[in-house]
Amino acid sequence: MEFIKVFVVGGSICLIAQLLIDFTKLTPARILVIYVTAGAILSGLGIYQKIVDFGMAGARIPLTGFGHVLVKGVIKEVDETGLLGAFTGGIKAGATGITAAILFGYVVALVFSPKPKK
Amino acid sequence: MTKKEYQTYVNEKAPKSPKLINGIKAFVVGGLICIIGQLIYNFFISLGLLEEEVLSITTIIMIFLGAILTGMNIYDEIGKFAGAGSAVPITGFANSIVSPAMEFKSEGQIMGVGAKMFVIAGPVLVYGTITSVIIGIIYYFIRM
Repeated sequence: MEFIKVFVVGGSICLIAQLLIDFTKLTPARILVIYVTAGAILSGLGIYQKIVDFGMAGARIPLTGFGHVLVKGVIKEVDETGLLGAFTGGIKAGATGITAAILFGYVVALVFSPKPKK
Repeated sequence: MTKKEYQTYVNEKAPKSPKLINGIKAFVVGGLICIIGQLIYNFFISLGLLEEEVLSITTIIMIFLGAILTGMNIYDEIGKFAGAGSAVPITGFANSIVSPAMEFKSEGQIMGVGAKMFVIAGPVLVYGTITSVIIGIIYYFIRM
């Protein structure tokens, strides 16, 4: 049951993005920006946490989940330290993802070469 | 052939409802990538780690997988098949960093790899961060 929820929620979030690409001519880069922003706004409204509670990794793994992590961090720090938290909470909460992406991205780009274009 | 005739011709030759097929592919591949994330999460939870730690570890492993599969030229093949199904998950975020970094390696370490890594990841971080700050400020004043 757990995996069905994960599959359906994660699949649906990806399906919406694909429909946006196919029907609106939005580029994938714009979709990703829209997704992280939408995840952040839905998180601020208290909606995304409910999607995470239901869909677990299905809601955490898509990029909307990254927006959710940023906002969750901001709200936690605002509760603890006041307005300053709006500046410190987001990147702090997203640190794992950002650091891993920079580190692995850099190392892999150094070690591997692109496939020669045919 | 008139413009209208040509349009009819093109419509006949175009694959039947490719948008439907694209949607199904994105749904299935995106769902499967999320299931991999859930399997990693469940494994580390079963080891008795704290949830916060497990979420971090899951993120790290997923990004590592996305990066290494991109390096091996596998992720871009998945992307051709799955479209948004492989672009939207966090593994696709890693792919969006590695792919241009590899491609522009010949332009050097600074303006090649260092700068091109963020062609897509940069805007994501910019708009994600700014949105979160705005929400934090609004939350601060609503809460008062």
